Amino acid sequence: MSATPLLEVEDLSKRFRGLQAVDSVSLTVPKGSIVALIGPNGAGKTTTFNLIAGAIRPDSGRVRLDGADITGLRPDQACHAGIGRTFQLVKPFGALSVLENVTVGALRASADMATARRSAMAILERLGLADKADIPAKSLTLPERKRLETARALATKPKILLLDEVMAGLRPTEIDAMVTTFADLARESGIAILLTEHVMRAVMALAEHIIVLHHGQKICEGTPQQVSRDPAVLECYLGTAAAHA
Amino acid sequence: MRETRRRAVALALFAVVMALLPLFVSTYVVSVLIVVLFAAYFGQAWNIVTGFAGQLSLGHALYVGLGAYASAVLFVRFGLPPWLGMIAGMAIAALVGSLIAALSFRFSVTGVYFALLTIAFNEFTRILFDHFGWVGATSGLFLPVANRIRDDLLMLRGSPLMFYYCLLALSLGALGLSHFLLRRRIGYYWQAIREDQEAAEALGIDVFRYKVAAMALSAAMTAVGGAFLAFYDNNLYPDTVFAIGRSVEIITAPIIGGLGTLFGPILGAFVLTTLGEAMTQVSSGFAIDGLKQWCYGAALLLIVALQPAGLWPWLERRLGLAAGRR
Repeated sequence: MSATPLLEVEDLSKRFRGLQAVDSVSLTVPKGSIVALIGPNGAGKTTTFNLIAGAIRPDSGRVRLDGADITGLRPDQACHAGIGRTFQLVKPFGALSVLENVTVGALRASADMATARRSAMAILERLGLADKADIPAKSLTLPERKRLETARALATKPKILLLDEVMAGLRPTEIDAMVTTFADLARESGIAILLTEHVMRAVMALAEHIIVLHHGQKICEGTPQQVSRDPAVLECYLGTAAAHA
Repeated sequence: MRETRRRAVALALFAVVMALLPLFVSTYVVSVLIVVLFAAYFGQAWNIVTGFAGQLSLGHALYVGLGAYASAVLFVRFGLPPWLGMIAGMAIAALVGSLIAALSFRFSVTGVYFALLTIAFNEFTRILFDHFGWVGATSGLFLPVANRIRDDLLMLRGSPLMFYYCLLALSLGALGLSHFLLRRRIGYYWQAIREDQEAAEALGIDVFRYKVAAMALSAAMTAVGGAFLAFYDNNLYPDTVFAIGRSVEIITAPIIGGLGTLFGPILGAFVLTTLGEAMTQVSSGFAIDGLKQWCYGAALLLIVALQPAGLWPWLERRLGLAAGRR
């Protein structure tokens, strides 16, 4: 990876009581690229996201975004620094309309209501939620809520989007549509994307670079082809027998 | 857009009816309407912090009391007009509200624990004023009752009718302010915090700042109502002004009318006060203690069971005033 790094994570660690959730993980995401963070359940993917986005403070390590040190910032400060994140367990503002949900995000970038609403509407159109703009977020289906999470994060005009399993529960055709959306987004707007995903169909189609976590440690990274052939990755996903077969 | 126009017409109609009403009803009805308007205004002020920003305060009598005592004591001791005292009361209430909010939110005291803390401060202050000799302690503070025939708006000495119009203006002003704030960034941010604080933070909202701001504004608005209450009642006792019962009464109207809605507190105040007044009339023959409170409890129970969003969202749909498809 030769391109200029946008996000640089260096030796990030976090311990929860007895559990080393994240163990000196380092990774970089170049400008305009799509990087996937994969691993079995409990590998530390969501914790890594929380550490980068400021939801939890790391025990040690550094996070740099576009050259600025953002380690240990509060979530709202991390957002202003350029981090846009989604939550794996979706958190819609239930009583607000879909458009209002995204407008809240858009108000980060512009204090003017009319401008914020316009940019929110443009994002809803891009994510195929425009026809739901006026209904309350609580009446959306789960796949729609996942798209709303993405729309809201995107509305803050981030430099990098952290997408935490936004494809879970989607049908294959919907996944393909989302993949196209994200690929276009990265290409057109130069926004970088770091995503965790269990849907391999999406990971393989989107990611230029894959990082594999297991028990909080980075066990492998590389192109999708390299990673899918790596014995350590096969072992952690399928067990020892498969890796030696 | 059709709804927007109908809402504007309905609001104008309401304002006109309220303005003309005292010309056609007895002084008794005017006195009941004053109680309605007090309940409506306090409910509207409380609605800012709890209905919009989602932070449950159960100690709002504290700010009623601070506003009442500040304006009354400056009037009684120094002869200052209540409008100046009101500003002092607003400043003190905003400061105390911010302090309580900052103290709890800085240490992540939220939800039920925050509510308990607001009750505690309400009670501390009541007990403090019980021993505060300069403002009369338990024996009370009295405003000289001048004649009630000539209306002196500057000194707030005059007929109930003058208070009626002051309170009507106050309540309509609070309605306008709430409407204005809900359509700005601050209103969007408050609602986002109410719906999901973690998601709000991730979208760049300084949750602490906006919650403290909601509390400060709500407290200051409540203090203004407290000043009018002092000059309307003419006597202040810590045990009634700062009563926890008052804190509970303040929140009942907006809950019945519709928490977080613009018109809910006003509607709730009408329903509750009318109900309470009717019960007092009915029970005057056979004196059942606390019948009014029983009715408040029953009304609250019915609303929570049947229309948890409150009466106003339901009525709004019935009247065809609800916006959009919501």
